[in-house]
Amino acid sequence: MNAGTLFSSRSARLLLGLLAVLSLAPLGVDDYTLSILIAVLLQAYLGMSWNVMMGFAGQFSLGHALYIGLGAYAAGALFIHFGVSPWIGVFAGMTVSVAVSSVIGMLGFRFKVMGVYFALLTIAFAEFTRVLFDHWGWVGASSGLVLPVTNRVSDDFWLLRGSTSMFYYLILAMTVAGFLFSRSLLMRRIGYYWQAIRENEDAADALGIPVFRYKMIAVVISAAMTSVGGMFIAFFSNNLFPESIFSMHRSLELILGPIIGGVGTLFGPILGAVILTAMGETFTILGEHVGIDGVKQIAYGICLLAILIVKPNGVWPWLRHRLGLDGDGK
Amino acid sequence: MTSHPMLSVCDLGKSFRGLRAVNAVTFDVPKGAIVGLIGPNGAGKTTTFNLIAGAFPPSDGKVTLDGHDVTGLGQAEICRAGVGRTFQIVKPFAGLSVEENVMVGGLRYDDGDVETARARANDILRLLELGDKARQPAQALTLPDRKRLEVARALATRPKLLLLDEVMAGLRPVECDRMVAILQGLNKETGLTILLIEHVMRAVMALSDHVVVLHHGEKIAEGTPAEVTSHPKVLECYLGEEHE
Repeated sequence: MNAGTLFSSRSARLLLGLLAVLSLAPLGVDDYTLSILIAVLLQAYLGMSWNVMMGFAGQFSLGHALYIGLGAYAAGALFIHFGVSPWIGVFAGMTVSVAVSSVIGMLGFRFKVMGVYFALLTIAFAEFTRVLFDHWGWVGASSGLVLPVTNRVSDDFWLLRGSTSMFYYLILAMTVAGFLFSRSLLMRRIGYYWQAIRENEDAADALGIPVFRYKMIAVVISAAMTSVGGMFIAFFSNNLFPESIFSMHRSLELILGPIIGGVGTLFGPILGAVILTAMGETFTILGEHVGIDGVKQIAYGICLLAILIVKPNGVWPWLRHRLGLDGDGK
Repeated sequence: MTSHPMLSVCDLGKSFRGLRAVNAVTFDVPKGAIVGLIGPNGAGKTTTFNLIAGAFPPSDGKVTLDGHDVTGLGQAEICRAGVGRTFQIVKPFAGLSVEENVMVGGLRYDDGDVETARARANDILRLLELGDKARQPAQALTLPDRKRLEVARALATRPKLLLLDEVMAGLRPVECDRMVAILQGLNKETGLTILLIEHVMRAVMALSDHVVVLHHGEKIAEGTPAEVTSHPKVLECYLGEEHE
């Protein structure tokens, strides 16, 4: 839960090493493995986005699928209807997400809706947005939006049409950017103000911190970051259904990574995503061998519980200590 | 130059539904003074503090800080106007280090530069003899240290007026004398005005130029420590029991 100081050369070296391995991955692995790596990085990126709001500023959202959906639909619909590049569409998605999250934040913070009640408010908004999209013809209503896929020889980065490795590099870049951005936020005044608000809002207020404003900034940044992830999902999966993109399940899946890895830490969401995906893949293979339905889900659930019981603050704070990186924060 | 006091409380009152917690309390805290606010349990001392600090608005009356009307402003605004406060029930940022706790209070200055605020935080911590604990998590501190941390954090906001709510409670006599010396030093060197609620009489008597006594939400006496301790009403309601 520590803000951290500067990178020590050791943790910087470890991170750069990890990055080097990940950059070279597409050369040595097949498309299936690459798609798993994409899933890990996507979960890491989305986890980091949520972490800004919950981990740093202590504002609990259980409805982040809302911003994924808004980002995905904004970029997807603009592309399908007008051929607009996702790199322009992504700003539309961010704008809409910022607007919607401001409304939620304003309602919640002005009327002192706190903690789990605030989380309920975020669920409510995600749910009724899902219902809205289910009935909105322009975005395909419940039959969804499907992005055109054509066979092509080269990658079109401007329109994000192309190979798995192009998407891999994109999500890798997003994850690195998300990490560096989170780190720079946490080490500035805004990061310390957020942590003060998270730890004790009343005391933060008494120290002259504009609590409402800083909570709003956290919500808005988190929503904007999440909607970029939504744009990625739209163009990577090529189809959008309100039922799945805005689902409660997605909101929950999104917060599992940071919770397992360590809420409020910088590296926790990445580690959590790795652990969860590794567990998921292992148990899928295991389940196929055992041949009983549901073994995967049960084993997955038991492991999650075990991790949360043994390491309630997440795996990263413990691992960081074991690796002797405590002085570096994160 | 100007003659107005640092803090002026006029006819201050607060009702919680039917309960009149504070009623028509009036007193001044002159610039550079140390004023003690005493009274038995439930006398309305902390409520008066909360009204001054903006934790909740008064039902009636007026609070003037350094000539400016600050009645009804929120906590954050009053802090920015120059009032630093401590909480009787301490409220550290438990997950942050001691140093970071204090730093947060000073980030309003120097364009929010973290390293400047950190250096200043360490100066304040050394002053309050918490320097060697700067890197510890705040939740690891003992209660007396947490009280000192409250003072340090309030000082980091660079207040004109410092409100101290029972910061001596739980301190051993030696530590208490040390805290008295620190506060006196701050008062003399920087001209910091202090209003303190205190039960520890040796601290109140040693520190205060002037003492205000509350009982059942009303002011029953004020004056120098010597005057107040011999005031019949005060003896009757409060000190009488301690003096047999």
